[in-house]
Amino acid sequence: MANTSAAPAGTAPQDGTRRDFMFLATGAGLAVGAGAVAWPLVASMAPDSATIAAGAPIDVDLSPITDGQIINVFWRGKLIFVRKLTEKEVGDMKGVPQGQLIEPAAFDSRVKKGHDQWLVVYGNCTHLGCVPIGHQGNFEGWACPCHGSQFDAVGRVRRGPAPINLPIPPYAFQTDAKIRIGEEGGKAAA
Amino acid sequence: MSSVHANAYVPKSRIAKWFESRLPIAGLVHSSFIAYPVPRNLNYFWTFGAILSAFLGIQIITGVWLAMHYEPSATRAFESVEHIMRDVNYGWLLRYAHANGASMFFVAVYVHMFRALYYGSYKAPREVLYILGVVIYLLMMATAFLGYTLPWGQMSFWGATVITNILAAIPVVGDTIQSLLWGGYSVGNPTINRFFSLHYLLPWMIAGVVVLHVWALHVTGQNNPTGIPIKSGKDAVPFTPYATIKDVFATVVFMILFAWFIFYQPNYLGHADNYVAANPAVTPAHIVPEWYFLPFYAILRAVPSKLGGVILMFSAVLILAFAPWLDTSRVRSANYRPIYRQFFWVFAAVTVILGWLGSKPPEGGYVIASQICTFYYFAHFLLVMPLVGLFETPKAMPGSILESVTGPGKQISGSGMPTGAAASPTTKG
Repeated sequence: MANTSAAPAGTAPQDGTRRDFMFLATGAGLAVGAGAVAWPLVASMAPDSATIAAGAPIDVDLSPITDGQIINVFWRGKLIFVRKLTEKEVGDMKGVPQGQLIEPAAFDSRVKKGHDQWLVVYGNCTHLGCVPIGHQGNFEGWACPCHGSQFDAVGRVRRGPAPINLPIPPYAFQTDAKIRIGEEGGKAAA
Repeated sequence: MSSVHANAYVPKSRIAKWFESRLPIAGLVHSSFIAYPVPRNLNYFWTFGAILSAFLGIQIITGVWLAMHYEPSATRAFESVEHIMRDVNYGWLLRYAHANGASMFFVAVYVHMFRALYYGSYKAPREVLYILGVVIYLLMMATAFLGYTLPWGQMSFWGATVITNILAAIPVVGDTIQSLLWGGYSVGNPTINRFFSLHYLLPWMIAGVVVLHVWALHVTGQNNPTGIPIKSGKDAVPFTPYATIKDVFATVVFMILFAWFIFYQPNYLGHADNYVAANPAVTPAHIVPEWYFLPFYAILRAVPSKLGGVILMFSAVLILAFAPWLDTSRVRSANYRPIYRQFFWVFAAVTVILGWLGSKPPEGGYVIASQICTFYYFAHFLLVMPLVGLFETPKAMPGSILESVTGPGKQISGSGMPTGAAASPTTKG
């Protein structure tokens, strides 16, 4: 770089190196500056602290829910289904062969230990987020009106295009008739 | 009068001379929109660029005025739209013009794209011009989607939910993109606020790319129904008055259709569900996008895999940009390509059928038909375009644009560029 043809004849060689330094320093300054400007612009679009604070755990009273009923609750703006399974549904779901499932998951992994009758799942289809309609479809569970996915009584996907089972939010039983959503084993969700 | 159509702009007054030597904008307008040579055989398909410019203007003006009354918040948006409809003077007109204007914008852009694909306007030397058009189309789709979410009705809310979930399917960065769009854990108040901001921003980006699009057009010149380039002044007529008047006439006719929708069928192209306020606990029984997205929606649903459907849907738009290199024929206009022309009409029909399938529930025969049509859509670009160009024998081409108008061997005197069209005003041009 010190011998660039642009340097006019008679210029001292150190002029070239000074220009090189200016060029590199300016370029580095621009790159750092552009990054310093872009970072807050992008970061400001992330969920803000008020939104995060509003995402604290919630308690749900299970006592009014009757057999077979599904209720809607919201946590962090997300719809959650709380469903009390009937004895028949529990039996049917335990009997589903794993080979028939798109995403194999044992019955025990869908409920909390000792609370076989209670299902807590996110209420948005894992395809594109529509709300599946309860007690519809061929699997005692939900059918999505948007793109035809079907889920069984414990929220396992049985017919695509949804790729995975309805996810289970973090929750824990406080008593037999009360759950806290957003906290698992005494630890708050991130 | 013949000097009116002289090529170069010559300022006459002292003020004009003073100004032109400092900012030659009058000369730029003169060379771009007055003296600019236009092929003399253009048909009405070539007026849709002007119609699209008119609609960009209409959408920006009605949109700026609507923004004076609209409130972009999850709690106020729906009410503020009803406020516009009921309380604001002529608010109903502004909103219906803006909503139907978006649909008319897409009607016009689809005719414009049909024209480009049928007459081979994407081929050399117009590749960059054409790709800028695809970029404008993508920006239009983004703008229309963002705008549709703003009334915060049921379709708005669930449209926003479905589309942001589509983006979450992108591997690695999908979840981050989704979170940055939502500004929360789900579609909510921060989402509508930023969607409004982006909806206001994108039209100006469209306007910027339109300037590049017109610039590229004026470098390469317009294609025409024969696909033969302008060879002599007699093949062309000056932009003003010929193209100017024709463009304005076509725009006025198109406005009749626009006015019919605004005043007689203002909600025909919308969905009744969007007059129900957004409810995150209930999805409308039958959720469909606006009509202009339906073919792509059908492609999305044709694949029983989330990521696969998303990839195919984006590919269906992006593949348009590769047409200049996928088409191997040297003949531009499908008028002279007997085999390609038939394939092309099948392709056009398949696109319309895909749109119809996109409006149907995703069940049984509709899914199978969507899969067949999706296959044909891609086959048109990946098989038909490359192969037909290699094997087809094109029809005999006319010697020049003039010959295609007057018949072989005939000569006409005068007309064309640059001697002045006024010399023979009765000549067909």
